[in-house]
Amino acid sequence: MTDKFISIEGIAKRFPAAAGGETAVFEDLWLAMGRGEFTCIIGHSGCGKTTVLNILAGLDTPSAGVVIVDRQAIEGPSLDRAVIFQSHALLPWRTVMGNVAYAVASKWRRWSKHKVEEHAQKFIDLVGLTGAERKRPAELSGGMKQRVGIARALAIEPKILLMDEPFSALDALTRGTLQDEVRRICLTTGQTVFMITHDVDEAIYLADRIVLMTNGPQAVLAEIVENPLPQDRHRHDVHRHPLYYAVRNHIVDFLVTRSRSYDDAAKNELDRRRVPVVRPGAIEPVIAAETRVGAPARPGAARASAAAADEGRPHDSPGQAWAG
Amino acid sequence: MSISLGWRAAVLSVALFVAFLLAWHLATRGAGPVEQMDPEYAKLMGLTATQGKSAMPGPFDVGAKLWEHVKRPFYDNGPNDKGVGIQLAYSIARVAIGYLLAVAVAVPIGFLIGMSPLMSRALDPFIQVLKPISPLAWMPLALYTIKDSHLSSIFVIFICSVWPMLINTAFGVVGVRREWINVAQTLEVGVTRRIFTILLPAAAPTILTGMRISIGIAWLVIVAAEMLVGGTGIGYFVWNEWNNLSITNVITAILVIGLVGMMLDQILARLTRLVTFPE
Repeated sequence: MTDKFISIEGIAKRFPAAAGGETAVFEDLWLAMGRGEFTCIIGHSGCGKTTVLNILAGLDTPSAGVVIVDRQAIEGPSLDRAVIFQSHALLPWRTVMGNVAYAVASKWRRWSKHKVEEHAQKFIDLVGLTGAERKRPAELSGGMKQRVGIARALAIEPKILLMDEPFSALDALTRGTLQDEVRRICLTTGQTVFMITHDVDEAIYLADRIVLMTNGPQAVLAEIVENPLPQDRHRHDVHRHPLYYAVRNHIVDFLVTRSRSYDDAAKNELDRRRVPVVRPGAIEPVIAAETRVGAPARPGAARASAAAADEGRPHDSPGQAWAG
Repeated sequence: MSISLGWRAAVLSVALFVAFLLAWHLATRGAGPVEQMDPEYAKLMGLTATQGKSAMPGPFDVGAKLWEHVKRPFYDNGPNDKGVGIQLAYSIARVAIGYLLAVAVAVPIGFLIGMSPLMSRALDPFIQVLKPISPLAWMPLALYTIKDSHLSSIFVIFICSVWPMLINTAFGVVGVRREWINVAQTLEVGVTRRIFTILLPAAAPTILTGMRISIGIAWLVIVAAEMLVGGTGIGYFVWNEWNNLSITNVITAILVIGLVGMMLDQILARLTRLVTFPE
């Protein structure tokens, strides 16, 4: 990782435990993200993904550690970092235009009303809500509400877009369409994105890198999966890519078994500052029956067959590289 | 039945009203000559004794009186004989002044309590003790310190309207959804702008509900307060007519108090609907 646009450096979040002392949701968490990169974080509920996102947004403060964005430690929320909330969080007493314009006017406080609305209109058009400007959130479908949320976040032209399961409340069809649009918009604008999701397919379709987080408490970032799919991917044929199921199985395996059985020994073995980067290879032979469960970043299956998919890239350990 | 629920309810309401008037009329009409008595004595005793007529006026007496008041609401024949319109105007003015003062005090303090856990805890014991005090218990103290009966009744209206608004405002502000506050925070919205663009619109329905409760209480209390301080107002009018033994006027006043109370409540209900947002 040469360009550390966002750098999470040793953050922890602890809560006072019932029996005195403290429970750590996560401890000593390190992660770097490059400019223009789309990072997804996957993990089970309660592992602290949302806390990481809230800390990035500045809505929550870490118990230890810092987050550096664009060479500056973050101190509270900022217009540089826009959040798309799972519950869309629109202001119900404002219209679509009102909601987007509110964000625009917050960023450019000296702009005239006309200029604010003109700017907001651009982003309402971008998410395909032209004609619905005067509607209130209550008159919109779930998908349209989330579009407003996206328009509001993009309208302030943030350096980073933070998304907390933005599509999880939507039906499958709407989710697909919105994923397409978010991907198109982020690619054309070169937007840096950090997104939480539960949906493996969504992560593979959208992300450049997928961060796998173990279960809490004491959750850790177990590994970073580099998405082998080409930038130019399409929803309708992405699953036909030869490496699609390798990535998918790798992540599902992690979620089903390894996220749970990641024990203390494995955590001790893990270099938290350099989370192992994995690049799953070709289709995995049989399910990882012989994979030692709980081993950090040792996806046996992926590794064993990685040579075929690695397309001659020299690696000490095929399919596995170290971050940093 | 194809007739709408609204129409059926209206018909039933009218029927109930007519039945009530009929029962009232039957209960208060004269039962004919009770006994023979000396005409001079009968004249002295009046219809109550001679015809068995109830001292309670019937619906027609009240109707006639009401019509009289409607025709001449604003006459002024000196301190003891003013039109019902003038008395109502006094009462409404007192309620309006006391109530608006209460809004001006309760809403900002409610915001303070809602936004600051420290203030919320610090002020809580005062509110808990002051809230259950009957507003009329303040009257002697108000008369002693303010030394003006008119201002004292305004103060009593103020003190009774303040609590529901204060508590509802604080409750509404505390209850503003975390996600809306998060939106404001990520947009770096300052405190003042946050109050006016997020907290106020989000809490407005709850605040208005408190204001609606307050106006109801204020209208209840003004009648009692004016009975105490006297001079002018619809409360004084009721008590004065009781002293005149004019039950017809008392009933008329009761009816008018109810109508005005309903009107005030409806105004606040309209305002509440204006600020309520669908979700």
